[in-house]
Amino acid sequence: MLSLLPFAFLVLCFELLPLLVMVLESFRGDGGVGWGLEQYTKALTSKYYLQGLSNSFFISLCASAVGIVVALFAAYSITRFSQRMRDFLLMLSNMTSNFSGVPLAFAYIIILGSNGLFTLLFKQLGWTTLASIDLFSWFGLVCVYVYFQIPLAILLLYPTYYGIHQQWRESAALLGASTVQFWRYIGLPVILPGVVGTFSILFANAMGAYATAYALVGGNYNLIAIRIGSLVAGDVAARPELAGALAVILAITMVTAMLINEWMMRRVRRELG
Amino acid sequence: MKPNKVFHASLITIVMIYLFIPLVATFLYSISTDWYRTILPEGYTLSWYKELFTDPRFLDAMQRTLFVCFLAICISVTVMVPTIFIVTVYFSRWERTLQGLVMLPYAIPGVVAAVGLIKLYSSGPIVLSGSIWILIGAYFVIVLPYMYQGIRNSMRTIDAIKLVEAAELLGASRMQAFWKVIFPNILTGIIVSTLLSFSTLFGEFVLANLLVGGHYETMQIYLIRRMSESGHLTSAIVVTYFILLFALSGIVMRLGKSSSKEGSR
Repeated sequence: MLSLLPFAFLVLCFELLPLLVMVLESFRGDGGVGWGLEQYTKALTSKYYLQGLSNSFFISLCASAVGIVVALFAAYSITRFSQRMRDFLLMLSNMTSNFSGVPLAFAYIIILGSNGLFTLLFKQLGWTTLASIDLFSWFGLVCVYVYFQIPLAILLLYPTYYGIHQQWRESAALLGASTVQFWRYIGLPVILPGVVGTFSILFANAMGAYATAYALVGGNYNLIAIRIGSLVAGDVAARPELAGALAVILAITMVTAMLINEWMMRRVRRELG
Repeated sequence: MKPNKVFHASLITIVMIYLFIPLVATFLYSISTDWYRTILPEGYTLSWYKELFTDPRFLDAMQRTLFVCFLAICISVTVMVPTIFIVTVYFSRWERTLQGLVMLPYAIPGVVAAVGLIKLYSSGPIVLSGSIWILIGAYFVIVLPYMYQGIRNSMRTIDAIKLVEAAELLGASRMQAFWKVIFPNILTGIIVSTLLSFSTLFGEFVLANLLVGGHYETMQIYLIRRMSESGHLTSAIVVTYFILLFALSGIVMRLGKSSSKEGSR
């Protein structure tokens, strides 16, 4: 029993208490005076913070959608190779999935920044639309986010395809189903819970991403994660109460996404079992 | 069948090329002399790496990162191994609670965690903000899911409960059962968890920046500060960082494979 104390102590001090303080703080007035929903009203009515929320939301949505579509095909293709090749491809995906945050932002500045390699290449080829991609804009952020979503989506989606048994395909083919019909009526319904679950993880991952965006655009682009960061440790005076409210809103979105995943995965397991 | 194979092969090739372009570009950038007028670098050099490895600031930052990660992981291993062991074997009704507590950090992004930590430790009875202890505490929490998964899985594979029962029947004390029977069997799991945690913490930026950024320059903070100065030098940092990370994940994969083979035997 006593040996569980250090764990209880550390979890209390660095996980539970900080979360509790954050939630309590979010219900206080400015400067920690009084109680109320003031911070939430501010967060949800101010144009500025609403824009941050919606930017985060739509960037995450787009990046996750592109990521999942690419991974849907790529992960299936991987299942079509030999065992050795599959292991190798999964290893490569695993390797690149570590490439995120500050290093990733930097790599994208090298290739797509204003003096980037691809920007130069596109200019020389005369592809002006591609050459004028602004990495520090909405579209640029989506491009960078897509990059870290793809390997993650491949790794998460890959096992789902093993829910489709080879016999089903043979039976379907014997009964005269075309490939399109097979996927429409058998394949897709089987993998759908896995796809939705993966999507929700990707979405949560993008919503909470801070390092990549911070390294790319600093405090200049209005994202919810960036706003929270600058409210607690920025150059302007710290406003922990408002930061708390925004953090609670962000955490609720992420936990909802995670719960959807949990629920969907249970359905997948039931069907596989 | 044939055109299908071609389709899958070309699709995967395109995706992999896409995924490796940023890595290759960063690598080429780190060994090129000048690269902003031409399609390919104008010349190649290793001088950026030489500059980097003789820069005391880089070596200090590296040392700080290694120190913080090492300390956080040491604390985590010493605390988590007994905790998971005791809960699994003797208090299995608390298993769900433990699982909930250790998996929670998965759903809490760094920025959110930082809000409460800063508020709690910047005033009041205990002031930790700006010191490395707040960072180490936060890192302990971040690696909880990795530690738990790895150690719990290896205990499940060796069927720790039955092993302990058998050991105690044969007259071993609880301590002996743990040290002589369980510990050697879950060592691989512990090492895998440790390395995974290490590679996560090694690339951690958010908490380092928000909690101690101004006072304690870790690798990632050094990296972001250098970014605006010299692109070539920064790419050398990124490449060095990646070589370390790949080496680590290579070891993890190898160990993971050998331990799962043992498990299936």
